[in-house]
Amino acid sequence: MTQVPSIKQAPSRPWADRIFAWLAKSAAFLTLGLLIAILASLTMGAWPAIEKYGLSFLTTATWDPVKEEFGGLVMIYGTLMTSFIALLIAVPVSFGIAIFLTELSPAWLKRPLGTAIELLAAIPSIVYGMWGLLVFGPILATYVQQPLQAIFKGVPYMEALFSGPPVGIGLLSAGIILAIMIIPFIAAVMRDVFEVTPTLLKESAYGLGATTWEVVSTVVLPYTKAGVIGGIMLGLGRAIGETMAVTFVIGNFNQLDSLSLFQAANSITSALANEFAEAGEGLHQASLMYLGLVLFFITFVVLTLSKLLLSQLKKGEGTKT
Amino acid sequence: MSSANTLDNPVALPQVRLQRFRSRKRVNQLALFLSLLAMLFGLFWLFWILFDTVTLGVVGLSMTVFTEMTPAPNDVGGLANAIYGSFLMVCLATFVGTPVGVMAGIFLAEFEPKSGLASITRFVNDILLSAPSIVIGLFVYAVIVTQFKSFSGYAGIAALTLIVIPVVIRTTENMLQLVPPGLREAAYALGAPKWKVILSITMRSARAGVVTGILLAVARIAGETAPLLFTALSNQFWTSNLGEPMASLPVTIFKFAMSPYENWQQLAWVGVFLITVAVLALNVLARVLTRTKL
Repeated sequence: MTQVPSIKQAPSRPWADRIFAWLAKSAAFLTLGLLIAILASLTMGAWPAIEKYGLSFLTTATWDPVKEEFGGLVMIYGTLMTSFIALLIAVPVSFGIAIFLTELSPAWLKRPLGTAIELLAAIPSIVYGMWGLLVFGPILATYVQQPLQAIFKGVPYMEALFSGPPVGIGLLSAGIILAIMIIPFIAAVMRDVFEVTPTLLKESAYGLGATTWEVVSTVVLPYTKAGVIGGIMLGLGRAIGETMAVTFVIGNFNQLDSLSLFQAANSITSALANEFAEAGEGLHQASLMYLGLVLFFITFVVLTLSKLLLSQLKKGEGTKT
Repeated sequence: MSSANTLDNPVALPQVRLQRFRSRKRVNQLALFLSLLAMLFGLFWLFWILFDTVTLGVVGLSMTVFTEMTPAPNDVGGLANAIYGSFLMVCLATFVGTPVGVMAGIFLAEFEPKSGLASITRFVNDILLSAPSIVIGLFVYAVIVTQFKSFSGYAGIAALTLIVIPVVIRTTENMLQLVPPGLREAAYALGAPKWKVILSITMRSARAGVVTGILLAVARIAGETAPLLFTALSNQFWTSNLGEPMASLPVTIFKFAMSPYENWQQLAWVGVFLITVAVLALNVLARVLTRTKL
């Protein structure tokens, strides 16, 4: 049984292979474990608050660290409202950018322009925050907020919407800054799904004499509907979880006493950023952890929806052409 | 009414069609004009922010920024400890996170691309990729900071590592998928074992793409503030001791920008300028390295 060297060497290969496969697999498992660990540790940290308040935490507006009474409604409202304003601005703009990049732009401009929009996403959020607070806020106050107040003075409802001190800090400025930050994400997804539309479909529509707008609105958009909504959801997830930019411009005000868009408010993320390091252990910290858990849950649901919608489009890609 | 009229009167038919054609054309022009406006709107913000960052940041730029520690209010100083802290934490986090991310990416692309474990991992990774970074900070706080009863550089590195991993997994997997199967099969046909095929054939041909992913991950964590706020905290002094709170550029900017002191705000603008330049340079470099869209 004394062998040729090549045969003797053969058994050593599966051995190295097994280690390599094991390493790769455990790295994948680590990622899975991470999500579970995040959920578990947040729940554990938040447990005192969950035990004390239960679900009524979500509908209580008191936030009083001195008296140790906590409710998350103000922050949840702030998070949802700023994200809503952001979507209101970002969705049409991203749609326009995606149309421009796929249908209108000359080929040589596509890449530089696409990159420029993507760079908007690369700018760190702290830059948006500081710029929003020190440059954009004052400009917004002088050239937008004050004129708006002057125009709608005396008009019912609208007056309430634009009441409050026009200082450039509050829900509206946070919403606008968020909109700029999520435009690149939504625009990138929309552009990518628009490009998925089979050329044959578009050319048939053009052949029938449709204009570019008609092709986009009656062929491309229905074909990519799921993907477009998925992209919007992705942007929404980003907006909800954005921390630093919002913390700078939202004003960190823990009361909910008017519906004004100019009102300083608070969001889940900015409450965490401002209070967590200083919160003493106990109910205050647990309540902040609870808020973090709520935040993670909301983004989880939104991102899951986005992922499902986007994968639906991918499935259809092969069959519908 | 009008349609009945046109049917009766054949002369008016082209007239109506022409009108409808004109209005369709107008709608089209309006829509395309609005899309052009949207594009300009996006570019407008980019240039406005960059312009302010450069003009306000360059003013305060001097050698002392790189040699002096962060000052007290209304005192002369620089950002040396913050830059060093950021550099140290970003380097170590990349160093720890990259191998894990690359291995998981290899697993997804090369070992079981279609198994249930792989699709769950892919899904979870996408969630982690877009999860709020402040939640990562909370997690590291709960797991590390409360255990050791102190904010520390280690905790900051751990938080940044958790942000690096999903970015690297995603790009590694995407880049490995682009490697033509023929290349792998040729290597297998020569009798190479799987680990050797992956390490010296597929990984080598996907190298530029994988490096791009790592660069993008570095760019991402270089500007991250939220996960550092209650992990690494901040430090007014130079320290290489990872067991202590450690200063970082983003957290220092946050602290200084929110303050009413003139010199702190000036330093914050310098810091914003440095971070923006570094992050955009990394992004551009990553795009030059690979022409493939990520």
